[in-house]
Amino acid sequence: MTARKGAPAIKKLPDKRGYFGAYGGRFAPETLIPALDELEKAYYEFKKDKAFQQELSYLTKNYVGRPTPLYFAKRLTESIGGAKIYLKREDLAHTGAHKINNALGQALLAKKMGKKRLIAETGAGQHGVATATGAALCGLECEIYMGSDDIARQSLNVFRMKLLGAEVAEVSIGSRTLKDAINEAMRDWTTNVATTHYVLGTVFGPHPFPLIVRDFQSVIGKEARKQILEAEGKLPDYLIACIGGGSNAMGLFHFFIGDKGVSMIGVEAGGRGIVPGEHAARFAGGSIGILQGTKSFLLQDDDGNILSTHSVSAGLDYAAVGPEHAFLRDSGRVEYTYATDEEALSAFERLSRTEGIIPALESSHALAEAFKVASRLSKDKVVIVNLSGRGDKDVQHVAKIKGIEL
Amino acid sequence: MSRIEKKFKEVLRRRGKAFIPYVMAGDPSLERTREMVAILEECGADIIELGVPFSDPLADGPTIQGAAQRALGEGVTLGKVLDLIGSLRQSTQIPIVLMTYYNLIFRYGEEKFVRDASLAGADGMIVPDLPPDEAGSLLSLSKDPGFDIIFLVAPTSTYERIKKVTRASRGFIYYVSITGITGSKLSVDPSIGSHIAKIKQMSGKPVAVGFGISTPHEASEIARIADGVIVGSAIVKRVSDSNENLKDYLIALRKAIR
Repeated sequence: MTARKGAPAIKKLPDKRGYFGAYGGRFAPETLIPALDELEKAYYEFKKDKAFQQELSYLTKNYVGRPTPLYFAKRLTESIGGAKIYLKREDLAHTGAHKINNALGQALLAKKMGKKRLIAETGAGQHGVATATGAALCGLECEIYMGSDDIARQSLNVFRMKLLGAEVAEVSIGSRTLKDAINEAMRDWTTNVATTHYVLGTVFGPHPFPLIVRDFQSVIGKEARKQILEAEGKLPDYLIACIGGGSNAMGLFHFFIGDKGVSMIGVEAGGRGIVPGEHAARFAGGSIGILQGTKSFLLQDDDGNILSTHSVSAGLDYAAVGPEHAFLRDSGRVEYTYATDEEALSAFERLSRTEGIIPALESSHALAEAFKVASRLSKDKVVIVNLSGRGDKDVQHVAKIKGIEL
Repeated sequence: MSRIEKKFKEVLRRRGKAFIPYVMAGDPSLERTREMVAILEECGADIIELGVPFSDPLADGPTIQGAAQRALGEGVTLGKVLDLIGSLRQSTQIPIVLMTYYNLIFRYGEEKFVRDASLAGADGMIVPDLPPDEAGSLLSLSKDPGFDIIFLVAPTSTYERIKKVTRASRGFIYYVSITGITGSKLSVDPSIGSHIAKIKQMSGKPVAVGFGISTPHEASEIARIADGVIVGSAIVKRVSDSNENLKDYLIALRKAIR
């Protein structure tokens, strides 16, 4: 099988107004529109700027530790007894998750734009840690918004952010999770837009965020494509990634979109089952709407108010999904499914025991689906799972679920 | 000419300034909102902004967020607010502008919304997360001059943005006094006066200023440079005060806005 180049038609998205087909756009308060225009302009400028690209590429290699390995999980593959399972080891990137790819890129961009302060939202804490890291590296002030429920289940990451010199602002209104942390970050940005850059952590929000975050994350798929061709001499049969907002999935998928033989699956959080309030599977239980600056799939009631969500993993516990995913779903290019809390927890333990790798609970959702897919396939097939983050941050939370006191 | 345009014409003809108070529909009950509308009119309001509660009001500060939460807890929906306006129209003809977020309208259906809102007797809408760039379909649906879409200009707006927003806005232009969210502390940039004068000159439309105005003193300062003054959070904070105290405050505001 020969490698195909990415399909240019899809790479051209979003359009000038930030739309991926019917999804995306810029539904933001007027106060922010000039800042979004400025960001878009700066992004396109620095994308072409050689010095900026060199600095980013130096740091990507020597600071983040890229390329991250593509690891053949031999014992896991044998225990499943089907397709070969490869893990894209984003857990080995500096700070322990893929989030650094975007946070570092945006921190550099903000510094070049003359901003003094970074703000960000965080769910699992990984994006908060990554942004605090980028801020420390670039010498910028940093404030991270985090829901009080997430602070409780991710206390380790809260302390890491503080160690890195960031302030952590507790958000105790509304859902007390990621969604309200984004609302608060947008309110802060609206107030301090002259000096502050908002490092949105996923392929969501008003244009140009879904584009910028995807581009900074697309290094994952770019590497994986090269690595799998070296390892197997062919492209994979499946790519599987978990989806909260969807940045690790877009990062893995983007460079394979044009490879028609490569199937792609995005795995949302099924929580305790597809009942309103008990899950975060937007494609299974949601509908089209507008939230936090973009048009996409949301979990909402009949009146358009946003429903509460649940997932064992803070990073997937969110009521909306990135607009490009909504587009890829409509186009049929990517299939979307979900894994429940229970399935994710079981995958979490299985990878730990068979491979000696403790995955993030978010990534465990992708693993749960990969086990199902691989077991149905013959041994000559190849599945790549994006191991988007490591599970150290989840250890306390999992112990608590299992009723173990540490 | 819409009811809002007529009102501004009338106010400006007698060399006055418009007083535009805001209340959240259903906070703490729809009955109270009905009573509030009567009090506001009695105390000299020219136009009333009626908030429709949304779960994620990202342009609003804690006061209006809290009000929205209470109203949602009461089961208030866009449909119920339109019903309220319909019944208010039996007793008052004061212009009423809906203020809410786009998802509620999108979910209700844009076409149905414009039709039902006009039928109920609403005069316009302000949607802070819907810039004119995304409002194409709503603008073409609400060509009926009786229903105005009011857009916002911010202190950060560039010349190009001001041109776009003022061209699209109908009824009046909502000038956001501060770089921030509703209910923030007012700290007015000294250039606001010339900024507003330029917007008025460019558009030929009345400009009302809101966000963070809470004391009669602030209201009078703003009234000197704008055609109308919008007071939101400060009134929402007093929604459960005694009617007597509330009226004293509103009358003081009214007197200050001239």
